[in-house]
Amino acid sequence: MAATKKSKVVSYTKWGYIFLIPFFLVYTVFSLVPLINTVYRSFFEMYMEGLMQVGPTFVGLANYGKILSGELPKYFGNTMIMWVIGFIPQILISLLLGVWFADTQVRLKGEQFFKTVIYLPNLIMAATFSMLFYSLFSELGPVNGLINTLGGSTIKFLEITWGVRGLVGTMNFLMWFGNTTIMLMAGIMGIDTSLFEAANVDGATSMQVFTRITMPLLKPIFLYVLITSMIGGLQMFDVPQILSKGLGSPNRTSLTMIMWLNNFLYSKDYGRSGALSVILFIVTGILSFIVFRLNTKGDEY
Amino acid sequence: MAKKMDEKSYHAHIARIKIVRYIVLIILTILCLFPLYVMVINSTHESHEITRGLLVLPGTWVVKNLKNTLTDASIPILRALLNSLMISAACAICTTYASTLTAYAVHAYDFKGRKAIQTFILAIMMIPSQVTALGFYDLMKSFRLLDNYIPLIIPTIAAPVVYFFMLQYMQSSLPLEIVEAARIDGSGEFRTFNSIVLPIMKPAIAVQAIFAFVTNWNNYFTPQLIINKQSLYTLPIVIAKLREADFLSFDNGKVYMAMVLSILPVVIVYLFLSRYIIQGVAVGSVKG
Repeated sequence: MAATKKSKVVSYTKWGYIFLIPFFLVYTVFSLVPLINTVYRSFFEMYMEGLMQVGPTFVGLANYGKILSGELPKYFGNTMIMWVIGFIPQILISLLLGVWFADTQVRLKGEQFFKTVIYLPNLIMAATFSMLFYSLFSELGPVNGLINTLGGSTIKFLEITWGVRGLVGTMNFLMWFGNTTIMLMAGIMGIDTSLFEAANVDGATSMQVFTRITMPLLKPIFLYVLITSMIGGLQMFDVPQILSKGLGSPNRTSLTMIMWLNNFLYSKDYGRSGALSVILFIVTGILSFIVFRLNTKGDEY
Repeated sequence: MAKKMDEKSYHAHIARIKIVRYIVLIILTILCLFPLYVMVINSTHESHEITRGLLVLPGTWVVKNLKNTLTDASIPILRALLNSLMISAACAICTTYASTLTAYAVHAYDFKGRKAIQTFILAIMMIPSQVTALGFYDLMKSFRLLDNYIPLIIPTIAAPVVYFFMLQYMQSSLPLEIVEAARIDGSGEFRTFNSIVLPIMKPAIAVQAIFAFVTNWNNYFTPQLIINKQSLYTLPIVIAKLREADFLSFDNGKVYMAMVLSILPVVIVYLFLSRYIIQGVAVGSVKG
């Protein structure tokens, strides 16, 4: 450590700044300026009516009022419902598999194979995955083909609210449970094995080991997974967008907040898309702050 | 518990646990692979056969479907494959090189405001690109960069997550004595970075390059905002267009073939590198 300190001689420090230039230049141009522009536009009324542009007129917080008292609660609800449908099985299965993969007493053959398989859906393009589920569950798709063969009548999954929401949730579950499993497994393997051995000697059941040792020590990683998944959930776009052709059908019950934002961007409603962006920014900001605190706390150990 | 049992019942106990675990894992394996299996199988059949029901055996139309898909001007899949390949490779190079450089600046130099910069990058880590999309689109439009790949590639230079991974790897694997020794030998700072730091960082760069490649290959939101010209489409845009055009009512064989083609490169890479990719996920999470 002493040697480390000594090597940071004054004459070299300017290189620290020079090497930071690409990051900060790009960040400023492509993220910071757009962010400021977005916030600025959220205070103006500006949209297209046919080919005519209305505004920009300064309207203060009117755009926020319009959104909050309008459809935002509905689309926030849609987004969260579809996130929860995917997240509950995701976290339960991942915890189970995480414990199993980290278990040194019961070694399973083909562990690497199973890990490879469950992580695979995470790498599949969400657009393709969604298109695939659309094809499989469409009226003339193989799933209905199977139902018909078994004597059932065709189910129009994509025209039923809970059909679409269920499919989106299922896809999110399939795409993310492998990732979560590996993260939780790594966390469990980081726990001091002598704790498990001691519990074994004391005759603890595997349920007791899980609730008294694994879960409490896994809490930071568990919270991290929960919150980052929620942030990801708020950004849900590709899967429902492609499944419902961007319409959020049936009757906008699967329209997420980012799909709504995307519609505003396409219809050139700058005011409302600005306000929606800022609201999303604040919500993710709060959630990120919690993750940030978890991270910096973790460093103290 | 185990200690109290005699050996025979202990082994029986373990065997029972194993059977339960295998059953669950096999069910999950089927759940993950079956949709992909049906996709591949359907891509080898004629459209009429596909609509007739669930197919489980491969058909004979694979070449025909492939030819139809590649020659259909309304599905520019080959062009999109090349476009996606180019963009993703460029992103992977930009983001790993620049993030390593940023991490090196923070790791190796003790300049004023270093702590503040570290905190700042951590703080912006989770801001999703969607919330700045309006301003981003607006700015790119005024720069006349719509229908251009610059807005898809250059922003990856500022990637807080990749930077964070690189920094952690440096803290464990890049002793500053090596840098010091290079200085004594008269190596300039930039040269030291390129010829000494980069090679040491190779394992971390490889993992992050794969992740960056896949992320950008699969990215749909930003490209669909920026790209409008058909010759510039990336793969996710082509897939979305298939859905928008209700292509299933024309030719199912083509649709399934296009889907297979869109994920094939990533799946092939994954089959070879899955061990490293999974390790990368695990390492990234420990300090998360």
